[in-house]
Amino acid sequence: LIDSVHAEQFCCTGCRAAWQLINACGLGVFYHMVDAAGDKRPGSLRTRGDRRFEEFDHVESLGRCAKGPNDLAKAQLRITGIHCSACVWLLEKLPTMVRGVVRAHVNWSKSTVTVVWHPEQVQLSSVAETLNRLGYSPSLYRDDRDDDHRALENRRQLIQIGIAAAAAGNNMLIATALYLGMFSHMSADIETLMRIASCVVGLVSFLGPGRVFLRGAVNAVRTWTPHMDLPIALALAIGTTVGFVNTVRGTGEIYFDSLSVLICLLLIGRWIQFRQQTRAADAVALLYKLTPRRARKLVNGKTVEVFADELIPDDLASIRPGDLIPADGTVIEGVSSVDESILTGESRAVQRQFGHSVAAGTMNVDGFLTIRVTAAASETRIHQVMKLVEEAGAKKPAIVLWANRIGGYFVLIVMGLSLITLLIWLQFDPSRATDRVVAVLVVSCPCALAMATPLAISVALGRLARHRILVKSGDVLQSMIDPGMIWLDKTGTLTSGKMRVQSWNGDKHWIPIVAEVERNFDHPIANALVEFANEVNPLLGAHPKDVHDIKLAAGGVVATAGVHRLLIGNRLLLESFGVVVGRDWLTLESRILRKHRSPIWIAIENEIAAVASLGDTIRLDSYALVRKLKRWGWKVGILSGDHNEVVESVARELEIEKFMGGLSPEQKLSFVNSSLQDGATVMVGDGVNDGAALAAATVGIAVDGGAEASLSAAPVYLARSGLTGICDLITVAIATKKALQLNFVVSITYNIFGVGLAMIGVLGPLFAAILMPLSSVTVIALSLNTARRSMDRCNPSYTQGNL
Amino acid sequence: MSVLYIAMPVALLISAIFVLAFVRQVNSGQLDDLETPPRRMLYDDSDLVVGNESRQRK
Repeated sequence: LIDSVHAEQFCCTGCRAAWQLINACGLGVFYHMVDAAGDKRPGSLRTRGDRRFEEFDHVESLGRCAKGPNDLAKAQLRITGIHCSACVWLLEKLPTMVRGVVRAHVNWSKSTVTVVWHPEQVQLSSVAETLNRLGYSPSLYRDDRDDDHRALENRRQLIQIGIAAAAAGNNMLIATALYLGMFSHMSADIETLMRIASCVVGLVSFLGPGRVFLRGAVNAVRTWTPHMDLPIALALAIGTTVGFVNTVRGTGEIYFDSLSVLICLLLIGRWIQFRQQTRAADAVALLYKLTPRRARKLVNGKTVEVFADELIPDDLASIRPGDLIPADGTVIEGVSSVDESILTGESRAVQRQFGHSVAAGTMNVDGFLTIRVTAAASETRIHQVMKLVEEAGAKKPAIVLWANRIGGYFVLIVMGLSLITLLIWLQFDPSRATDRVVAVLVVSCPCALAMATPLAISVALGRLARHRILVKSGDVLQSMIDPGMIWLDKTGTLTSGKMRVQSWNGDKHWIPIVAEVERNFDHPIANALVEFANEVNPLLGAHPKDVHDIKLAAGGVVATAGVHRLLIGNRLLLESFGVVVGRDWLTLESRILRKHRSPIWIAIENEIAAVASLGDTIRLDSYALVRKLKRWGWKVGILSGDHNEVVESVARELEIEKFMGGLSPEQKLSFVNSSLQDGATVMVGDGVNDGAALAAATVGIAVDGGAEASLSAAPVYLARSGLTGICDLITVAIATKKALQLNFVVSITYNIFGVGLAMIGVLGPLFAAILMPLSSVTVIALSLNTARRSMDRCNPSYTQGNL
Repeated sequence: MSVLYIAMPVALLISAIFVLAFVRQVNSGQLDDLETPPRRMLYDDSDLVVGNESRQRK
């Protein structure tokens, strides 16, 4: 592929095919855009040439397809591989690439493209095929009403915020005029006009967007549960009533400015929270949407197309190459590699044959499979995981709830204090009583407190996201403050999850020849051997060795190197070819096995030439992480599905006392559940493999793996390799807690002084109105600042620790 | 200052119009996706033609 004549070089045929297609369509400028966008990833575009897309033509029956005007059809496809702005541009150029496509519209945040096309001129399957050739793998979107529901709810909230904000802004202007009027002796009739205007705007805000608080309060009273809406609604109702009465009477304070601003700020806070929850729910819904709608059921040897949800256990289903597997099941016929990356994050396809189980939603890559269904529809593993995640996602961030509750009581106390103020001042000086009450109410507005908490959290989350630590909910921060139990998965978390040749015992002469043979296979062991050869001699690829007749055999590979028969594989392979393993080799084997590594034998004719010991390697940063966690007082343990002995050796190496090996995902879940009873439990693992355990833990941290699957299962996803992110997360959590405490202290102190001064009459309503926003600004500035300085202290000690 | 008797309702009316405009905007779906449009506008169609030609000339 590397061709010095052309300016363009390609890593693989897929990239070249994509390049040719793009250039043939006159869209070659795409590559300039990619460069300009500074994104170096177009090389990672993957194509799977042999995927089939016939099912795309049944899109009418799939629901999400609307017949538009002029006989146009419209469908939404989910696309993977949108990296940068140039991708958006290229995808929306679909009409110039495929005749018959009228419009393509990308939604970046949802990774979807909406295609409008002429059904007579082009089939959706050929559109999908073009997308696939470009490297954007398309999948059908299942019909999901939740989606529309959430979009409508988002619009509704935005409208409410819009109205509330307009009311707040106008009321602030009117209030300014009124305050200034006090000094410039505004004439009484103009003042009345202003007050009436303020009243009208205030009532619009209260009866429109403010109604949601009243509804919440009514529900709270009905169910007798304390709710943040209750004191807020009370404050709003009393303020509005008194303000209205005073407007009608023509004397006394009206509070509509403060009330409108309060409504607006509270609504904004709610909307931010809603957006966060929607994001989380989107990630979950994604999994559901990717499970196929249709299945090919085998009835008396014939295939019948049915809806995947109609399958029941013990049905037989046939799966063609390129299809998604419709249900959990056991393979009864056929051999194929299955891409399970959506579930496990493992990018390599796994070999599946008779007796193996396969999971719904994964993709059958290259062979025909017949499976006996063990679980379908909502019983499948992918659905179970989703359900767990949905339950977890329904909970509100506790720290926000807490702040709301405090804010609620705070309002109640303030109302009580203003009542006391009113009663006392009515006895001493009735003419100034309202003044005092208003000063108390204004100076103690809890907006600072109510806004500062969500703000501090979102600043922290934003900061973490920039360090490629994605956190779904603010709850995580609170749970990571106090040390508890932390369970770590082994494979892919503490260890790199990749096979590596740890040692080569025997004739080094055979390394390049073994590599030459193994180059033909895509298997963890083969890759490890090739990589090892490259490390030993990087120039290897330049001199092809004479190997031929490469064949797979049970437990390894048989090939002919020159004139000799070459065997690479395990003991079974050697025995089946009659190779005798000598005493020396046996002691060597037992030594390798004691280290919990796998021996791979290399035999020439009937003589053993070498044995390579293959094993997983512990990540360098694991040592430092464990040490650091212990110093902070966390209890550290390992939960792994790997053999107990292997887990034990890793645990000993890392000085971890608690470890459990040979666990199924369900057992991991029950371990996490039982340690939950002793307190906060953090689970660190990869993707959906540990999905249930991740979802059940107080905090689940997904490491590497497939982002989509991981994020849907765990509230935290470390998008960078290595475990330093866990340390950063804890540091930021502690810093955020400090910021929140500081905010709390500042606003409480301010309020005690402010209310005190207002009650005894030193502080008038005007000064109170100036002080109120000042306190908000102070608190907001504090939360912005504290979170900013917290992170970089963590990493230097790490590099010291492991190198 | 009596002009305020007219100016005030007019001002409120104008803000009401803007609120209505905002409501229409939201309902037409313009604010549903806030992430794609800022990327889409990066590449203007007319610029592309120029970019393409300059590439061919090279």
